[in-house]
Amino acid sequence: MAKQVDSERPIEDTKIFDAEQTRLGYRLNKFAMSLVKLANREAFLADEDAALTASGLNDEEKQLIRDRDWRAIMDEHGGNIYMIMKIGAVIGEGLYQIGAHQRGQTYEEFLATRNAAGAK
Amino acid sequence: MGKIIAGIGTSHVPSIGVVYDQGRTQEPAWKPLFDAYEPVKDWLKEIKPDVAIVVYNDHGGDFFFDKYPTFAVGAADVYPVGDEGWGRRPLPDFTGDADFSWHLCNELVYNEFDITVCQEMAVEHGFMVPMHLCWDHGSDWPVKVVPVAVNVIQHPLPTALRCWKLGQAIRKAVESYPKDTKVVILGTGGMSHQLNGARFGYLNSDFDRDFLDKIQNDPMALTELTHQQIMEDAGAEAVELIMWLTMRGALDGAPLRQVHRNYYAPMTTGMGLIALEEAV
Repeated sequence: MAKQVDSERPIEDTKIFDAEQTRLGYRLNKFAMSLVKLANREAFLADEDAALTASGLNDEEKQLIRDRDWRAIMDEHGGNIYMIMKIGAVIGEGLYQIGAHQRGQTYEEFLATRNAAGAK
Repeated sequence: MGKIIAGIGTSHVPSIGVVYDQGRTQEPAWKPLFDAYEPVKDWLKEIKPDVAIVVYNDHGGDFFFDKYPTFAVGAADVYPVGDEGWGRRPLPDFTGDADFSWHLCNELVYNEFDITVCQEMAVEHGFMVPMHLCWDHGSDWPVKVVPVAVNVIQHPLPTALRCWKLGQAIRKAVESYPKDTKVVILGTGGMSHQLNGARFGYLNSDFDRDFLDKIQNDPMALTELTHQQIMEDAGAEAVELIMWLTMRGALDGAPLRQVHRNYYAPMTTGMGLIALEEAV
């Protein structure tokens, strides 16, 4: 049977959200998921430091959020994009800003690569 | 008796929902997407399905990785509009048909599909975007729904072939429902896209067009795709496309007529649409 995910065929610049990644990113993703509750979004916006202190994240994870370091969160810390987007939504950074950061580009540079950037 | 009368494959990109809520559907960059659904809306008004089975994935709307079901089926009389982190969208809640859902759940389990039965289930963009692309609504929706959620975000995912077989099992279950019920099934997600890493924004329109051809004419070839192959060719998040095979599996064995097809790839996701009707 063909392997569904083949570790001998790594895909360039890609993290496959598998057992290793979901275990690594569990706390960050769970914190992000907590923001589907309005009260948690309001608490984060009112006092980000207090919300992070209460979050159960370790110091490195808290700093990643303070730094808005989407690329590191996704590449090195097991972030799942659908969860991490919820942090971006509270802060005011959308999927395309997060994506541009992952690509090492400014938002404007990223938009210039699209077929019809008006559809954002 | 229950009868599957049609199937629709469609993308469910979240920005479509934002633009819909903001009334921006006729902006030049969005018009080609929204206008493509007008013939589908008209057709659905003619064929008037009683129930829509919507195969989608939850992106952290109601499910999290503490327990993330491989296959979950709604069995409720109402499915509330969820809050994914952007606030509740201004859409009416969705009406279910719990009797129909429970029949489906019974038949699926006894046919060896061990689904998770959900008596409370909030729905999110993966489910809602296809609904408001295909149906207009007032204070309610013109069709009852059954949400079917598939894990396509945390590996191990079900195989493409397994998703196809789920569709076949759904067909069998629908056909054994004693009450006259016309059913349309939607397979949602994709097409090509990648949202993680420096490969963010990867698109493959050739792959997408080939998939649109094959989903109608050669679906068995698509059941042989591994997740690896889909991710290499079409981006890591393109694995959502295996959910289209559940839709197509539910149409297996019937002669089909293509009602409509469209493809548009403006930003980071190939937005595909195919509507197939069982020729009577």
